[in-house]
Amino acid sequence: MSWLSYTKALNRALADALADDPSVCLLGEDIGAGLAGPTLGLQKRFGASRVVDTPLSEQGFTGVAVGAALAGLRPVIEFQIPALLFLVFEQLVNQAHKFSLMTGGQASVPLTCLVPGSGSRDGWAGQHSDHPYGLFAHMGVKTVVPATPTDAYGLLRSAIADPDPVVVFAPAAALGVRDDVTGPLPVIPLGRARVHRPGTDVTVVAVGHLVHEALALATELAEDGVSVEVFDPRTLYPFDWEALGASLEKTGRLVVIDDSNRSCGIGAEILATAAEQYRLTAPPRRITRPDGAVLPFARELDRALQPGRDQLRHAVHAVLKH
Amino acid sequence: MRLRTPADGVCLESPADRYRMVRLIRGFEELALELVRSGDIVGGTHPYIGQEAVAVGVCSALRPEDQLTSTHRGHGHVLAKGADPARLLAELLGRTTGLNKGRGGSMHAADLSLGILGANGIVGAGAPIAVGAAWAAQLAGEQRVVVSFFGDGALNQGVLLESFNLAAMWQLPVVFVCENNGYATTLPAAVAVAGTALGRAEAFGIPAVAVDGMDTEAVREAALQAAARARSGGGPVFLECRTYRFEGHHTMERRLKVDYRPAEEIAAWRERDPLLRAAALIGDPTALDQEVSEQLAQAREFALNSPAPDPAGACDHLYASGLRPRAGAVA
Ligand SMILES: Cc1ncc(C[n+]2csc(CCOP(=O)(O)OP(=O)(O)O)c2C)c(N)n1
Repeated sequence: MSWLSYTKALNRALADALADDPSVCLLGEDIGAGLAGPTLGLQKRFGASRVVDTPLSEQGFTGVAVGAALAGLRPVIEFQIPALLFLVFEQLVNQAHKFSLMTGGQASVPLTCLVPGSGSRDGWAGQHSDHPYGLFAHMGVKTVVPATPTDAYGLLRSAIADPDPVVVFAPAAALGVRDDVTGPLPVIPLGRARVHRPGTDVTVVAVGHLVHEALALATELAEDGVSVEVFDPRTLYPFDWEALGASLEKTGRLVVIDDSNRSCGIGAEILATAAEQYRLTAPPRRITRPDGAVLPFARELDRALQPGRDQLRHAVHAVLKH
Repeated sequence: MRLRTPADGVCLESPADRYRMVRLIRGFEELALELVRSGDIVGGTHPYIGQEAVAVGVCSALRPEDQLTSTHRGHGHVLAKGADPARLLAELLGRTTGLNKGRGGSMHAADLSLGILGANGIVGAGAPIAVGAAWAAQLAGEQRVVVSFFGDGALNQGVLLESFNLAAMWQLPVVFVCENNGYATTLPAAVAVAGTALGRAEAFGIPAVAVDGMDTEAVREAALQAAARARSGGGPVFLECRTYRFEGHHTMERRLKVDYRPAEEIAAWRERDPLLRAAALIGDPTALDQEVSEQLAQAREFALNSPAPDPAGACDHLYASGLRPRAGAVA
């Protein structure tokens, strides 16, 4: 039995993928030194031709990864900050994601993007604090946001093995989470949700690090006799609608907590689908950042725009009134 | 008549083969123009007429295992690398028998089995893809060369310069082929490109050569040297092929009646028609012309008689994993 950190779980997933499959390779900035954590020690172990330090050319090396994937490799790119994904939307969404359909199924682009440190990192201000997973889910790029080290390991392994492009967002606020693990870690399929805690009164769908807030709140509310089901989609695209349906069948009440912008966010999609397809006994609620939010620098302001436990408590009480 | 296929080996070894391919591309493009006018091809095309020497010269220097990335004006590259004209035409017509099963059309035509990694609708976007394919070849210890075709307009895309840097730093087997036809849509290169095309490549330590892009043999000579250098680990090479498109940027241009090129300029370049240049190197081309026109007639017949795709399959191939998307407003 030992404690596994989230970052170490990502590191182990990358190491195991490199060891298992010679076509896997890593690209990114400062990954040789392992500056961000997940690639620590991998260049020494697997060599600089498979663990490649790239110049600061995000569009260039993301396009390179697309070409390499077309030519039979399985590249994984580590992005130092989530905002870099804005630079490479063209390479990921307009090229990598569209290749399979546009070629009539001739091409497959098994490319993984890993963002170890998405969302607010405390004091990194406007350009380093976004959580842009909704953009990728909207475009149909497979999108993963693991909440725990075990899930981070298992989902990253699946992402790398998948024949399509996948973006894996590791929330900065989850990097401190540790799991108690024994033995080998399981590979976890994409597109399967995880119910962390069963409940009968309300389903709380929590994305990424917010799963831990939801669990804490569920423990707290249990003392008042409220039974909260904590539902972690894990993969935002494809979303496990079937599992959500089963959960809502039990509870009939839905609250979503999502640390991204409100308008057109993943929370909106979850609420819309629930309203269209499932039997709800109360109007659903979502807690998100404000529309179009830009996280301000000052700590109090940064925190003020991120969804948290207090707002979640209010929303849960509100849906319980019905 | 049996159509010649790339399985027969590279078909561009003799001047007659190369003339034949120039003729094929020219005829294919004329046929495409006709089918745009008749409404059979929707969306239009970017005609390659006038630039054939570049595709044929470069592809004649390649081996079957070599790869290329192409542009929005890609028919010439795709044909010269060996794609079946009938299936390319069917693709332009959006038929199930098309290279991409009707999912790509003119701007995305691809045949991965021939190393054609796709035409591309985004200017400059093919360059890093070519560099990536070359990187994969280097890692695998394979002697493949990858050609990246792009226009003078792409010289102003940052991603192209990033690609130059990566290819040069990593000494990758890439041949960057700039088809400088003097215009990016209506914008003359003279008022868009600071410095020179060659200078941009040279700034990254990439050997850069300017070639007469109306002369198939000159392009071939330069491409043979570039490919040999790349193949032997010498790193990337940049070729600037100075050429011209005789038609508009896009077939829509005729209707719009835009006017940005002097008639004398077009006439002067027409005198240097690559088709005439290629023909001058062989004896009587009549038999080859006949062969090509029969091949194109068959292609036309094949493409027009091919079935349109079933709308129920509009999301087929969206994911290589077979994932089916949820239905939207349409199922
Ligand atoms: C990045 C990008 N910008 C603009 C366009 C619209 N566009 C398509 S082709 C073209 C001109 C490209 O010129 P050039 O690269 O010289 O190639 P040519 O058309 O001359 O073959 C433009 C502006 C595009 N497709 N991609």
